[in-house]
Amino acid sequence: MTYEIILDWLQASLRWSAPLIICAMGEIFAERSGIINMGIEGIMLCGALCGVAVSYYAQSQAVALFACAILGLVLGLIVAFLTVSRRTNQVVTGLMINLLAIGATNVIFSVLTVMRHKRATTFGALFPESMHRIPLVGPVLFAQPFTTWIAIFIAFIASFVLYKTRWGLNVRAVGDNPQATATAGLSVIKLKYQTLILSSIAASVAGGILTLASSGYFAAGGMTGGRGFIVLAAVVVGGWDPMRTMFACMLFGATDAAQLRLQTTESIIPTQFLQMLPYVITVVALTIMVKRSRVPKTWGAAYDGRRS
Amino acid sequence: MNENSILLKMQDISKSFPGVLANDHVTIECEKGHVLGLLGENGAGKTTLMNILYGLYQPDQGKIFVDGKQVVINSPSEAINHGIGMVHQHFKLVDTLSVIENVILGIPTNKAVLDFGPAKKKLEKLCKEYELFVDPEEIVWRLPVGKQQWVEILKALYRDCKVLVLDEPTAVLTPSESDQLCRAIRKITEQGRSVVFISHKLREVIEITDKVTVIRDGKVIGTVNTKEATQSILAEMMVGRPVTIERKARPIIKEHSAVLVMKNVNAFDDRGVQALKDFNLTVHAGEIVGVAGVDGNGQRELSECIAGLRKPSSGSITIQDKQVTNVIADPSFVGFIPEDRQKTGLVLDFTVAENLLIKDYKEKPYVKNGFLQYSEIKKHAEHMIKKYNIKSPSGDIKVKTLSGGNQQKVVIARELDAQPVLDVASHPTRGLDLGAVSNVHDILLNERNRGAAVLFISAELQEVIALSDRIIVLYSGQIMGELDGETADQFTIGQMMLGQTTEAKK
Ligand SMILES: Nc1ncnc2c1ncn2[C@@H]1O[C@H](COP(=O)(O)OP(=O)(O)OP(=O)(O)O)[C@@H](O)[C@H]1O
Ligand SMILES: [Mg+2]
Repeated sequence: MTYEIILDWLQASLRWSAPLIICAMGEIFAERSGIINMGIEGIMLCGALCGVAVSYYAQSQAVALFACAILGLVLGLIVAFLTVSRRTNQVVTGLMINLLAIGATNVIFSVLTVMRHKRATTFGALFPESMHRIPLVGPVLFAQPFTTWIAIFIAFIASFVLYKTRWGLNVRAVGDNPQATATAGLSVIKLKYQTLILSSIAASVAGGILTLASSGYFAAGGMTGGRGFIVLAAVVVGGWDPMRTMFACMLFGATDAAQLRLQTTESIIPTQFLQMLPYVITVVALTIMVKRSRVPKTWGAAYDGRRS
Repeated sequence: MNENSILLKMQDISKSFPGVLANDHVTIECEKGHVLGLLGENGAGKTTLMNILYGLYQPDQGKIFVDGKQVVINSPSEAINHGIGMVHQHFKLVDTLSVIENVILGIPTNKAVLDFGPAKKKLEKLCKEYELFVDPEEIVWRLPVGKQQWVEILKALYRDCKVLVLDEPTAVLTPSESDQLCRAIRKITEQGRSVVFISHKLREVIEITDKVTVIRDGKVIGTVNTKEATQSILAEMMVGRPVTIERKARPIIKEHSAVLVMKNVNAFDDRGVQALKDFNLTVHAGEIVGVAGVDGNGQRELSECIAGLRKPSSGSITIQDKQVTNVIADPSFVGFIPEDRQKTGLVLDFTVAENLLIKDYKEKPYVKNGFLQYSEIKKHAEHMIKKYNIKSPSGDIKVKTLSGGNQQKVVIARELDAQPVLDVASHPTRGLDLGAVSNVHDILLNERNRGAAVLFISAELQEVIALSDRIIVLYSGQIMGELDGETADQFTIGQMMLGQTTEAKK
């Protein structure tokens, strides 16, 4: 019995962390380039609705994820225009996106009444059914929806891109010293647009996966439940490094899954406290880790192309 | 003169900023294989002119010719394509990246994946060729400033520039590093490249340049052949009156109580290397103690420990019998001019007025009932701008738009105006023009005469000798020797700086 619960929990932990990881990988690039894309919570929410809706109407998950990506691109352009070109405050802009997203998804979802009762088909597993029965690793790893594997793969790709490619070098440079990057002949504005669009696409796709990899339902209002903010924390805890951030996401995914499981068991701890668990862990992890990480130097600051 | 041999020509360039005409119909020319010196006071418009050449600013009018062809330069990448390389007055390096990463940053290529192999080979070849050695793998912030300067130069050379602009490259170099740079410049010009060399140090300008163009208030005063020029001619063209850095007569101060007392201080630098070793020093009221030494021998840690910015690992530091444990908030206690004005001395995005206020913001009349009194702050700023001769159209502009030398004056004004008991001045004249250097000397001398204890850290021997009552020579975190300011000579100090003790020690 307990064994099964633990297996189930491990399985869910990984499943829950997949969207976090994907979203976090995009955010790492944005923050490395100096911009905090605070809007990922809202963008994720939009992606979550877009995912189920498109998958319901088009009857194709691939189309659904593609639609999420397009949506992310559009939202990313908006965020970039505001924070990079207009140099608005990044935190305020992000909060605005988040609030807008809650409103917009609520309205759209209330119109799409049919979807309330139908479940979108969820993602299948990557490995064949027979492998799911292997003890331990079967249920925990092989029964994972293929998005989990994609998320882990994306983390490795992100690490490679950040440290081993030219574009990654440019991104690392621009967040630490935009003036130096500009005088080296690169366009600071262009780089920031690119990373913001990337992070928004990642957030939107993560939202789509959030719904399509688990329940197949969209729940108005609280679908993402602050996961975007948890990602923001995970990126800091992970020190803006893809691998470390991936583990931070897994930690948060695990507490989230644990919390859900503890709620259903007869527990003496009130559920409200259990629901706090992921956030408590976030705060604890932040206080322990923050001192040790090196923040991108112009983190959160607007870039003014004029002299400095 | 053969027109074809002109590699770079900037003709009739004008550029204005709100409230300032930074360049006023400026024309400069540089021949192939020559070094053109640009001289001018702080705020004369030298950096602006070079930024126009590098595509960072657009001129209001004027033309640029490279190799005889007219070019329009809209961005640094276009400048690079036209063969223009620039070493900026303030470093443009990404601290957290390695040397080689900085060097290849922004170089167009169709390879998406980084491959440092060939780049490293090319860089190492350049290092050897110009005798500017750096380790390509080292992270930039770990390098001493001199080496960072090499990285800047190698970065430009790596891109095969035809014209290399050096904007005050020697401001942060030690004398021997400057000599090394001069040798490298000769090699660069031998290959038919041209160099534009900006400096406030006339000796170097005379040594290295072929021609000198002097700018004052944005206008060209004249161009001379270096062969026909002397330091005093240039100084007079630049400032409009003769100036020299000489030891001035000073009254003897009676009261001689110890102000700064350092006992057995040990401290480590950012890299974890011991920077001060069992360091003992006493500075008395009414005396200027000059600290000579090759940069990186503990000067920075010394000044930071005194200012409370760095914790010594052991030992005690007292100022007027008060232990230094943290940053001292009382502006009338310690005036601290840090060695890096942009990182430690100023908040670049604040206005001049705000920067001048940073230490006094809690004081009346600048604050009343918890509210800042902007009219008072403005008045204060205007007063200081006048008193310290800061070239700024008003107190309301961001301090980062001031010229390098004028940024330095803002720091000096703020730190010394409250008449502190101890002044710690770390390279206070770095980047200042001759006139301003002599002003700073006067200010520090007045501080001494007023009864303040002054610790003057500088890599310029001439200045240390001209200003100090007592000179200590730092060598790898220890005092190598101590000399009397009146009788010290450059040779003895130079020997001690290299770690050799001589009989002159007393
Ligand atoms: N972006 C800007 N906005 C407003 N004013 C500026 C800007 N850049 C330069 N200036 C002004 O133009 C004038 C010339 O500055 P510049 O930096 O060219 O002087 P400089 O000759 O290089 O002086 P220094 O020797 O001190 O470096 C100064 O008065 C400066 O305040
Ligand atoms: Mg300048």
